[in-house]
Amino acid sequence: MANQHVNAVVVGAGAGGGVVAKVLSEAGLSVVLLERGTWQSFDDHTDDELISQRTTVLGNAYGPDDARYRRVCENPDGSTRIVLPSEGGYNNVAACVGSGTLSYGAMAWRFMPQDFKMRSTYGCPDGSTLDDWPLTYEDLEPCYERAEWEIGVAGDDSTNPFAAPRRKPRPMPAFPYNKEARLLVQAAEQLKWHPFPVPMLRNSIPYGGRPQCIHMRSCVGFACPINAKCGTQNTVIPAALATGHCELRTNAVVSEVVLDERGHARGVRYFDSHDRLQEQTADLVVVSASATETARLLLNSKSKLFPNGAGNNNDWVGRNLQGHAYCGAEGLMADEIYEEAGPGACVAFSDFNHGNSGLRGGAMLCNEFIALPYLYTGIRPPGAPRWGLAHKEFQRRNYKRTIRVKGPVQEMPVFESRVRVDPAVKDHWGLPVARLSGRRHPHDVEIAKFMVEKAAQLLRATGAADIWTSVPGTGGPSGGQHQAGTCRMGNDPKTSVTNRHGQVHGIDNLFVADGSLNVTNGGFNPVLTIMALGYWVGGYIAKEWKGGAHFHA
Amino acid sequence: MQTNLNRRKFIGGLALAAAGGVASGVGGAKLVGRLGRAPEGAWRVFTPDEARLVEAVAEQIIPADRDPGAREAGVIYYIDRQLAGPHKRFAAKYRAGLVCLVQTSQAVFGKPFEALDWADQTRLLQTLEANKAPKNIWTKPSASEFFGLVRDHVMQGFYGSPQHGGNRHYASYKMLGLEYPRVIGQNRYPAQTG
Repeated sequence: MANQHVNAVVVGAGAGGGVVAKVLSEAGLSVVLLERGTWQSFDDHTDDELISQRTTVLGNAYGPDDARYRRVCENPDGSTRIVLPSEGGYNNVAACVGSGTLSYGAMAWRFMPQDFKMRSTYGCPDGSTLDDWPLTYEDLEPCYERAEWEIGVAGDDSTNPFAAPRRKPRPMPAFPYNKEARLLVQAAEQLKWHPFPVPMLRNSIPYGGRPQCIHMRSCVGFACPINAKCGTQNTVIPAALATGHCELRTNAVVSEVVLDERGHARGVRYFDSHDRLQEQTADLVVVSASATETARLLLNSKSKLFPNGAGNNNDWVGRNLQGHAYCGAEGLMADEIYEEAGPGACVAFSDFNHGNSGLRGGAMLCNEFIALPYLYTGIRPPGAPRWGLAHKEFQRRNYKRTIRVKGPVQEMPVFESRVRVDPAVKDHWGLPVARLSGRRHPHDVEIAKFMVEKAAQLLRATGAADIWTSVPGTGGPSGGQHQAGTCRMGNDPKTSVTNRHGQVHGIDNLFVADGSLNVTNGGFNPVLTIMALGYWVGGYIAKEWKGGAHFHA
Repeated sequence: MQTNLNRRKFIGGLALAAAGGVASGVGGAKLVGRLGRAPEGAWRVFTPDEARLVEAVAEQIIPADRDPGAREAGVIYYIDRQLAGPHKRFAAKYRAGLVCLVQTSQAVFGKPFEALDWADQTRLLQTLEANKAPKNIWTKPSASEFFGLVRDHVMQGFYGSPQHGGNRHYASYKMLGLEYPRVIGQNRYPAQTG
C-alpha cells in the first residue's frame, strides 16, 4: 500500500533533523521523520567500553553496524581501502534515534561571532576555501537560545570574557568542577587565563521532566541510564510526536531524493525494516543525515536536470569536508587527581579561540573526558612501554594521576577534502557507498602546534611532570564525529550548495539541515550549532509555509 | 620450513632490541614461561595448541605480579570468542602469524615458544614488535603487524567488560582501584532538593 502524501519528509533523526521535525510539526505541517537506525537505550549495551560510540573495537553500540555498512577511504597515494563502521577511517556518526546526541559528551558550545566571519577576519590562506557564513552570529543567536531551552543546557559564562553575547542565560546552572578542573583553574589564574565551566547538554538540576545527572564515569560514548543527558531523542523528537502531526519511521534507509523532470523534489525512496523499497512523497524534503551521508544521498539522487546528483551542477556537493584538528597535552601528577565524577570534562578556556598572532583562529581548550581502562592503554608519553610489567605498572601508577587538556582546532576548509560516491563498492541495499578523500590544510597543524604549547604551559603550571603533546598530521581527510561542511551554505550558487536558509540552489523544496551547511566549523564541538541550524532552517520553512508558500511545483 | 637463520646473529639482534627496549618481564619468571597444559575450554577458533601458545604470548603482554596477569584474567577466552564473532576478519591473520611464531621459536631456540624461559620469550616478542624477526619467515603478516594485533586484543580482553570472556572477576578494575561492579545511581545520587 502506498504511503500517504505528507507536507514534509525529514531524513535523519539526529541533532538537526529532530529539531526540524519538531518545528515543522508544531507549525501544523504533516511530517514523516525517517531514521536508518532505531530507538536505543542504555540497557542495550550498558557501560561496556568495547561496544560504545567512543571505543568501537567490538562494534558501534548505537550503529551503524559492520554487517551492512561500508565506506571507502582513499589514501594519499590514490589507493583505496574499504572500511567498516567500527574502524577509525569510517568517520562514524551514530545511527539511532537521536544519533550522536544519545551518547555524546554533550558539550553545548555556541560558536563565537568571529567564527561566522573567518574570511573577512583573517583572509583566506592558499589552498583553502575559507569563507564567511551567509548569516551572522546575531542571526543565529535566537536559535541557539531555543536549542538551549528546549533541549536543555547547563552553563555559566560569567567568568568567560570571550563568550558570545546572549540575551538570556542558560536554563540550568553550571556543573561543579572536579578535582582535575580545580587544579587547572588555580594554574590558569596564575597565567591570567579565564577558566569557566564547560556548557553541557546534561541536567545539572531536574529539567524537562528528567532527573539530575548522576555522573557516570562511562558517560561519553554511552546512553544515559537515567536519561539525564539531553538529546533530541528525549526532547524535541517526543515533542514532535506529541503534536500528532509527526510520524517517526525507524529502520528506514533512504536511497534517493526523487526529483521530477522540472527539477522539483517529489519525496524520497527508502528501504524499510524488511528491505522493501518504499516511496514517501512530500511537498518538501529536508535532509539531515550528517555531513557524509547527506552529501552521499544528494550525490546518489541523479535526475534529468541534476545528472551529477541533486544540487550538484557546480560540483560543490561533498566538498570542503572538515572536522576538527584535535590536539592537546597530557601529563602525570604526583598525587591522584581522579574523581569518580563523569563525564570528566568540566573546565574550559576560550582565551585562544581568536586573536592569536599570525594564526587564523584557534581552539577552545578543556580538560578531557574520563578515559576508561582500555582507552587509557593508548594514552602514553612517546617511547613508553606498551606491554609487559612496565605497561602494567604504568596503568596502575598513572591511571588516576593523568591530567589532560585538549582542544578542537578550527580547520581551514579544503576543496579537495571531500565525499564522493564510490563507483564500485555498494552497501547491503546495493547503494553506492561514500568515498572519503583529501587532506587537512597545513595551517591547521600550525594552529595545533601553537595550541599544544598553551596546553602544555597550563599543565606545567599545575605541577605536572612528564608532559607530552599530540599534534595531528595533514594525512587523510578530517571529519569524525564533528564532520561538517559538505553542503556549504552561501549566497552565490556557484560556490555553495544551499542558500542562507539551507534551501538547495535550484531546488526550492529541498533543504539541508545539519552540519553539512557549516561554512566553517568553529573551534568548538559543533552539536549546538547543528541544533540551532535545525531551528534556523525549520523556522524559515514554517514561516514561509504560514505565509502561503507551500513549495508546490 | 627451512630458514637460513644464523642463530648467533639473531640472538645478537635480540640483544640489541632489548637494549633499547623495556624492562618488561622482570620478576615474572617464577610464575610463567613453563610449558603447561592447554587452557581448558570449548574453543571456537583456536586448536588447543594454538590456545596454549596465544595464552603464553598474552601472559608476556600482561604478566602476573601482585595483580593477576592475562592468563588468570582469562584473556585467551576473550580472544577466541571475538575471533568467532566481531573479529572474524582477523582469524586468518592469527593462524598465519602463529605458524610464523612457532617457526621463529624453533629456528632460533630449537624449542616451542611456551618452553622458552621468560627472558627469551620477552626478547623474541620484542623483535616481533620492532619488526626485526626473520623476514623470510614473516612474509604475511609482518611480525610487527601480528604482534600489534595480539597486543591490542590482549589489552581489550584484560581491560574490557567481563561479559566478553576476559577481565575475569573484574581483575583489571580492581587493579586500577575502580569500584566495580557498580550499582548505578545508588551511590551517586545527591539528595534531591527540587
